[in-house]
Amino acid sequence: MLKILRDLFRYNLEFAIGAVLMAVILGMAALSAFSPYPPANIYVVAPDVPPSWAHPFGTNSRGQDVFWQLTFAMRNTLLFGFAVALLSRLLSLLVGLVAGYQGGLTDRVLMSINDTFIVIPLFPLLVLFYFVMRDYMNWALLALVIACLGWAYDARLIRSIMMSLKTRDFTKTSVFSGMKMHEIVVREHLPYVMPIVFSTTLNNINWSIGLEVTLSVLGFTDINKPTVGTMIFWANQHSAMVAGVWWWFVFPTAFITLTFIALFLLAVSMNEYIDPRSRLARMGTGGG
Amino acid sequence: MRSYGIYVLTRFAQFLLVVFIGISLTFFITHLSPIDPVEQMIAGMTAMGQSDPEAVALMRTALQELYGTGGPLMEQYFAYWGRILSADFGPSLSSFPTPVSTLISRALPWTVGLLFTCTVISWVLGNLLGGLAGYFRESRMLKLAGVIVMGFHPVPYYIIAFVLLIIFGLMWPVLPTSGGAAANLPRGWNAEYVLSVLRHSILPAVSIVLVGLGGWFMGMRALVSNVVTEDYVTYAELGGVRRSRILPFYVIRNALVPQVTGLAMSLGAIFNGAIIVEFVFGYPGLGRLLISAVYAGDYGLVLGVTTISIVAVSAAVFLIDILYPVFDPRVKLA
Repeated sequence: MLKILRDLFRYNLEFAIGAVLMAVILGMAALSAFSPYPPANIYVVAPDVPPSWAHPFGTNSRGQDVFWQLTFAMRNTLLFGFAVALLSRLLSLLVGLVAGYQGGLTDRVLMSINDTFIVIPLFPLLVLFYFVMRDYMNWALLALVIACLGWAYDARLIRSIMMSLKTRDFTKTSVFSGMKMHEIVVREHLPYVMPIVFSTTLNNINWSIGLEVTLSVLGFTDINKPTVGTMIFWANQHSAMVAGVWWWFVFPTAFITLTFIALFLLAVSMNEYIDPRSRLARMGTGGG
Repeated sequence: MRSYGIYVLTRFAQFLLVVFIGISLTFFITHLSPIDPVEQMIAGMTAMGQSDPEAVALMRTALQELYGTGGPLMEQYFAYWGRILSADFGPSLSSFPTPVSTLISRALPWTVGLLFTCTVISWVLGNLLGGLAGYFRESRMLKLAGVIVMGFHPVPYYIIAFVLLIIFGLMWPVLPTSGGAAANLPRGWNAEYVLSVLRHSILPAVSIVLVGLGGWFMGMRALVSNVVTEDYVTYAELGGVRRSRILPFYVIRNALVPQVTGLAMSLGAIFNGAIIVEFVFGYPGLGRLLISAVYAGDYGLVLGVTTISIVAVSAAVFLIDILYPVFDPRVKLA
């Protein structure tokens, strides 16, 4: 494992940049444990102070320190992404493995439903969901709903890998040795599927964080829980752009953009690592 | 020709399934909510100062009919479909008494226009650049272009649009950042108005294209680098076919097929992006309509836009699907 990471670092520039960025971002989120101010309190410091040594990212018009607020926001936003990715992985694994292994009618029915979820524009549905839930809307519920809507694309990917695994000899051996379907799928096939599941997880975190930020910025979530989206929401509410309080929205925007790029680079390098041809090509030419 | 007919029929069935599941989802979302929507609407409306009793009574019946509250769930469900199929979403609450369908049909051309143009631009440009980058692998300029478009790709639409808004609204105000056209111009097919529409669409369009490019670029580059190693490409090169001919007609042509499927699969996501971008730049399309309807508590309008979005996107996907054989002749025989 360590050797793999060392090789990735040495030969894969994308991985190295992504890993360093991710370390910075996780460090930022971890700092939230040391914040001198509770995240929900307002007017704890002088409002609208530009960045300085005392307040590295300045303070906002609600009297909060932007740096410490951002540590909480990054933590909550990342946790949201992880939660959605974890839940939706379960769904996509279930659908992908079953459809790919069973084939036939099961596959056709599952894939029709699957394609439906790929095609339907999710954003209006989520907006509608917020519209009827209003104050009942919270962080966990949103994560659950997004997870239930966001499994389809990866289920298709897993299915296609499963279909090729099924035609390999060891599947037949397992069937003839009397293993049950769930045993074969979980014990024989799952290890082959896991690398791709891992790289789709990174992409899924990216996607769900993007949705969360967008919905929060519009105020369609629990606006009192600090996330990157709600930070920008409050900045917009106080017309920070017109008032010239640029540090209030520039720092969250910059950090979330770095998060997206870090996750994306990690996913790309992971994909490349899974494919032995491109891995060898890269090592052979020394990183070109 | 017969097998093409069967192909179209199965795609049409898929289209119906998408609409069916989509609309059913909207039904269950609205009917399993713990809040009684009708009373909440009425309360919100009277609080906003709407006190004409006649209008309130009209609204209550319209809302009850629309929500289909009362009666068993199955009955509500069928009544709901009746309303949807007749495209009757009642009057809009926020701009009473204009019907919701009128508001939607006013906004739809803006969204369709913006979305269509941006999708075509980013798909064509992304595939072209990706194809070039996959074919001329050593070119430094194409590598740089790849890094740039891929850098924008993972960033969500909102953030890109927001950053453009910061740049062009705050730091360097040369482009209009709000609206669909200059408000003081009369609508019509004259140069001044069309130019104003174009100028207003630059920032929303750039946001959508910037996010979209990277995906097509990466997909095409990967496909092309696989195709160029095929024997027939080597053969063509050895046979002296010009490279300017090999790339478009031998390589890209073959790699294009999965990209058409990709377009159909990602149309929903592009639509989501367009909605958000429209809101950021106050573009008068479905996105602004949807989000301002939420702020105004206009249930009929929110439901109407959601339904139309589902139907429109799946119809567009169906269209791409039935045009698919143009790109892949094998489908006709299959």
